[in-house]
Amino acid sequence: MIFYEYEARKIVELAGIPVTKYGFCQTPEEARKIAEEIGGPTVIKSQVLTGGRMKAGGVKFADTPDEAAQHAEDILKLEINGHMPVGVLVDPKAEVKQEYYASVVWDGTAKRPLMLFSDMGGIDIEQVAEEHPDHVGRGHISNLLPVGDYEAKQVIAATGVTGSQLNRATPILAKLARLFRENDMVLAEINPLAELTDGTFVALDAHMEMESEAEGRQKQLLRKELGIAEDDTRDSYVPSEFEKNVKEIDAADHRGVIQGKDHGFEGNLGLVIGAGGGSLTLTDAVRSQGGKPANYSEIGGNPSVAKACGLAKEVLKKDGVEKIAVMMSIVSNTRVDIVARGVIKACLELGKDPGETIAIFRIPGAWEDEGNKILDYYGVEYCDRSVSLWDAAGRAVAKIQEGAGA
Amino acid sequence: MSILLNKDTTFIVQGITGREAVNLTKECLDYGSKVVGGVTPGRKGREVHGVPVFDTVAQAVENHGSQIDGSIVTVPPGFTKDAVIEAIAGGIKLIVVVTERIPRGDVAEMVEFADMNEARIIGPNCLGLIVPEVCKMGGIGGPAKDAAKSYKPGVVGVMSRSGGMTTEISSSLTAAGLGVSTAVSIGGDAIIGSTYAELMPYFEADEETQAIVIYSEPGGRMEAQLADWQAENNSRLPIVAFMAGKFMDDESMKGMTFGHAGTIVEGKEDSATEKIKRLESAGITVVERIDEIPDAVKERIGS
Repeated sequence: MIFYEYEARKIVELAGIPVTKYGFCQTPEEARKIAEEIGGPTVIKSQVLTGGRMKAGGVKFADTPDEAAQHAEDILKLEINGHMPVGVLVDPKAEVKQEYYASVVWDGTAKRPLMLFSDMGGIDIEQVAEEHPDHVGRGHISNLLPVGDYEAKQVIAATGVTGSQLNRATPILAKLARLFRENDMVLAEINPLAELTDGTFVALDAHMEMESEAEGRQKQLLRKELGIAEDDTRDSYVPSEFEKNVKEIDAADHRGVIQGKDHGFEGNLGLVIGAGGGSLTLTDAVRSQGGKPANYSEIGGNPSVAKACGLAKEVLKKDGVEKIAVMMSIVSNTRVDIVARGVIKACLELGKDPGETIAIFRIPGAWEDEGNKILDYYGVEYCDRSVSLWDAAGRAVAKIQEGAGA
Repeated sequence: MSILLNKDTTFIVQGITGREAVNLTKECLDYGSKVVGGVTPGRKGREVHGVPVFDTVAQAVENHGSQIDGSIVTVPPGFTKDAVIEAIAGGIKLIVVVTERIPRGDVAEMVEFADMNEARIIGPNCLGLIVPEVCKMGGIGGPAKDAAKSYKPGVVGVMSRSGGMTTEISSSLTAAGLGVSTAVSIGGDAIIGSTYAELMPYFEADEETQAIVIYSEPGGRMEAQLADWQAENNSRLPIVAFMAGKFMDDESMKGMTFGHAGTIVEGKEDSATEKIKRLESAGITVVERIDEIPDAVKERIGS
């Protein structure tokens, strides 16, 4: 779950990190009201889940409430990188003395969260790390022991920051680290963290991302504090009909798992393929041999006939799909005969000849012989483990190319 | 010989009364593994394929009368962290975590606890490990007779981010007469208990193992870590790698997850192309196809 800035700021605020007195709204009138309450120059910021707001004209400064309302009206209509804003954030224009950077991310190699701090805030941290490595402080935190303020202090002090700045920034970074852990974040970033002319520190912008696996136990934050609806999935793209249908078929039956994706695929060879790694390997094998996959899919965990049938049908219904290839790496707990019955049923129900439609069936494993009997009956070409994943994919590609040539 | 398991290895199954766990227990018993107990809270006194069920790990250890070597954890994601910590607190040193969809924070927490107690976690989101004709700990290879078909004893250590591909690759090594010393399904999540590089010292110390084969995917820094390990340690073991998911290098696939939770291209270093370069620069042979693996291994070990 990726958060909008106004939500990320709320998360930061809930953790006890100081923020400006900002307001989120969805109409120019509300923007005017918030600007009046603020009572000075304001910044109007588009709330979109994409970068490059400033360049695109999604961030504007206003001196009066009228101007704030006008900017809000313009920004609410402004599409940025294909995203329409969900609203605008109205923020007091801060008198900034210096910008800092603070974040916490996962370090998969160390298997621990990593705190990052820089006294060169407001710009891309990767650029700072490359050009001014001495201005970036780093430190891992434990997953078991409480995060100590001293750990944050060490990270900040490593950048040369001292004096009251060190003492004011320390609790902020420590709180950011704690919220990262407590809220199951995969990214918690404050950039810029601003030191104002009066010496106080505030989070002027924040980016937060929560791990999807943890959403179930973060309901208090997601639903109650932030008011995010259950069906607000924030997919990075709009799922296709195919993707939605496969998801529905999968949810209707708890036996086994099927998944389907066709974002970025436009070919003529439908893929009913399986097991996580097998699917990746087979998709590559089809493409490397000149084939054009119509989709990506995964079968696993011994699905029912209905599920296998449902996936095959959705693949076959896709525009431009001429044949399907049914292939898996050697299976441990998926019954071969059940998948065979499912895909044949899909062909028959769509009025297609399984022998013509299924370019190749390659699933070695349990109940293989029973599966082969069914495949024989319908004249479907199949092969066992002696035919590699690469060669099975190659046969399917050859068949579809023969068909196109004829 | 083997790594992590041998003919005397004893283990329990936590969550033993679940549907998949019942099957898995039978598969392991049929293969000859020593499953000495099971744990499901509230189910004490039952049996699963003759294996006694207990409420706690401590009861299972007490019943066994001496230290138990390992545990397969297959409980729902919300209970996994506690189950793993219970096992480690009970003196168990090898934990196979089958469960998927565990939040990273939980995984990191149990890994840190394991490190403090000199225990090792394999997984999560994995099928476990197998020493052909000796011991199978997890669903790896499937039912005993199917596992026997794919896994014959031999000289190659296998590590794979995909459970299914562990068997596909091992089967090709078996068919080529090379066989497998130990095969480990290390799991497909972004953070796992044991990475390739962390298991290398075990294979290095195993006399039977003459070469390593890894199956890898886009996402994460595990391959870079292995490349560094290989460059820093003057290993006697040649490594052959296969990289799946090249299609994910397309710009349109950026940020999308395929197959496993950890399989996502976020930064440039995550992509299949970059990983292949990194592995090759460390002297690791990267093959284009799974069926090229056996010949590549033979060439590297000079047989």
